[in-house]
Amino acid sequence: MAERLNVNPTRMELKRLKTRLKMAVRGHKLLKDKSDEMIRRFMEFANQNKALREQVEVQLKSALTTFVIAKAVSDDAVIQEAVAMPSKSVKIELDSQNIMSVEVPLISVKASTDGDKYPYSFSGVTAELDNSVEVMNGLLESMVKLAEVEKTCNMLAIEIEKNRRRVNALEYVMIPQLEETIRFITMKLDENERSTIVRLVKVKAMIAEEV
Amino acid sequence: MREGKIAVVGDKDLILAFKAISMEVFCADTKEEGEAIVKKLAKTHSVIFITENLAEQMDSLLAKYKTKAYPAIIPIPDGGKSNGYGMKGIKADVERAIGTDILFNKED
Repeated sequence: MAERLNVNPTRMELKRLKTRLKMAVRGHKLLKDKSDEMIRRFMEFANQNKALREQVEVQLKSALTTFVIAKAVSDDAVIQEAVAMPSKSVKIELDSQNIMSVEVPLISVKASTDGDKYPYSFSGVTAELDNSVEVMNGLLESMVKLAEVEKTCNMLAIEIEKNRRRVNALEYVMIPQLEETIRFITMKLDENERSTIVRLVKVKAMIAEEV
Repeated sequence: MREGKIAVVGDKDLILAFKAISMEVFCADTKEEGEAIVKKLAKTHSVIFITENLAEQMDSLLAKYKTKAYPAIIPIPDGGKSNGYGMKGIKADVERAIGTDILFNKED
């Protein structure tokens, strides 16, 4: 049984508590609905996240493998020199999106048209390096997408956890407490009323006897 | 809509590959180096890719950045094979949100 609040058993307090209870029940329902919808959205993102991560991991693995091969076939200094000066810079655009009042990131790669895809001269390096740069370039977009989805997942998960705490606090602490207090005040008031009636009856009987 | 920057943090060999596609790269070999770099980058860059090995070591620092939209710090597999840290992150998210892992224990 929930502990009752420490309040005076008065009619005014009863009225106040009843409004609070109504508010708590309404809030609980709303938060519960919010939680359901957030979990639905979260599962969509989580599935997407898993698929995307699997894809990126496989692709990155192959890209890095080709890069290692490229490094193996040519001199270390050649590779270092080849990639030392990037011909373009990767730019991303940031925005945010509101999912169930959680501000989640929205990231997109800003395609840069200027600059060569390969930051080096073809004569100096082997075809393996070209291959790996090609694959890595293709990977960039999915990596950024992965960043966006994974962050969204993270934030939604945290928010869902927070929300669940609120729902539970309302459901298992606040609402039972309010109900218990309301019950206590009602009983007390009823008891007072009964005792008043009994007293009146007694007084009336005494007066009747005297007369 | 604003512009942001991407950074890659990892060991020397790996980040060279990212440098080839014009990403900003930062070399970190130890946990301390990694933490110092991430703390600095968090102020300037919005997406930070970090190798799984390094990310695993500085788990507690990365947890701090999880609540805000930016920076997004994303673990990536290094050296060709994944140690499963990235997947573990997704698993932890699902467990946190649902209470149990229904994504990876699916019977299909």
